[in-house]
Amino acid sequence: MDSVTTVAADARPAKHAEPVRAAQPYTNPYVAGIGLGLVLLAAFVLVGRGLGASGAFNSTIAWVTSKLAPDYAHSNQFLAGYLPEDGHPLKAWLVFEVLGVAVGALLSGLLANRVSVTVERGPRISVAGRLALAFVGGILMAFGAAFARGCTSGQALTGGALLNLGSWMFMLCVFGGAYATAWFVRRQWR
Amino acid sequence: MNAPLYKLGYFGDETSMILAFVLGIGFGFFLERAGFGSARKLVAQFYLRDLAVFKVMFSAIITAMLGVTYLAWVGILDLSLVYLVPTHWIAQIIGGLLLGVGFVVGGYCPGTSIASSATGRIDGLVYVGGFAVGTLGFAIAWPLLEGLYSAGAIGPATLPGTFDLSHGLIVFAVVVLAVAGFAGATWVERKMAARDAAAATERAP
Repeated sequence: MDSVTTVAADARPAKHAEPVRAAQPYTNPYVAGIGLGLVLLAAFVLVGRGLGASGAFNSTIAWVTSKLAPDYAHSNQFLAGYLPEDGHPLKAWLVFEVLGVAVGALLSGLLANRVSVTVERGPRISVAGRLALAFVGGILMAFGAAFARGCTSGQALTGGALLNLGSWMFMLCVFGGAYATAWFVRRQWR
Repeated sequence: MNAPLYKLGYFGDETSMILAFVLGIGFGFFLERAGFGSARKLVAQFYLRDLAVFKVMFSAIITAMLGVTYLAWVGILDLSLVYLVPTHWIAQIIGGLLLGVGFVVGGYCPGTSIASSATGRIDGLVYVGGFAVGTLGFAIAWPLLEGLYSAGAIGPATLPGTFDLSHGLIVFAVVVLAVAGFAGATWVERKMAARDAAAATERAP
């Protein structure tokens, strides 16, 4: 498949590079949203739970820690919650779901010529600076998702559709926190 | 009641894992379709240039919410069997604020970082690394954070239950607010585009 070699980084017309084939524009947000909602509805009806993402990270870290320091992992209450008595820690619903997310995103990206090895950043920040902030953002988000018992998928989307009280409070705070911080990191993006 | 199928014993764990993978493919596919494998597309929400995050999120919420409400109303889906994460309002306010800060600093949320890594974004992969380190950090700091983690526990709670209003009324209100939000979002996008265009003209010699 020649689309793998496509270099165009995003949906905007490339200014300099000579793309093999231009990346297609993104899907209309309402169409993509309805698609996403139907997948979520299918999860409710078929399995009786919503979608998620951060839980898969918890399972993976619990498993890695249990390999390196078994006593510590089992004595740590947070990690022990992700280490079942019987069965492999990675044989968890969200681990399989997140593997699917990677496959589905790759599929969509290949079909639209949007797969390319690149660093997403604004014009005023270095690659190293952007990667450092991506790493720091990941750390902050891990603490946030742990406190909130889920992330944008497990809390905002899933809990939002179920009218879960905590999820709606969480969602408002996500937008609040992000808007309050945006000005301070504007050089990263704009 | 015929659903949720798994909870009612129509199939076992193995099948539910296969379904997890299949549903995940659908989830990842639509995330990428929406442009959410790109950090710049995502954070444009917080600079009011492109409100796709809001539009996609709320069309998804409305779709699933209306579907769940209808299927429960006609008696196909037993909503009491769908897992509701218990509310811990203090921990969730702290978590939400941290997540919001992390979103605009890191450029992704956990789900979208997987989509971005899968489509080649190095910053997405680095974010995933940061998230893994942060998760381990949270576990290590657990003895210190345990109290905060449990703060504000009130068990499973819903908006209709909390405000003592009917489920249908809240559903209706969410739909009305979201549709108004969509119109408002498009208005803001146009305003900002016009402002950027004016600023660009001013800068030009």
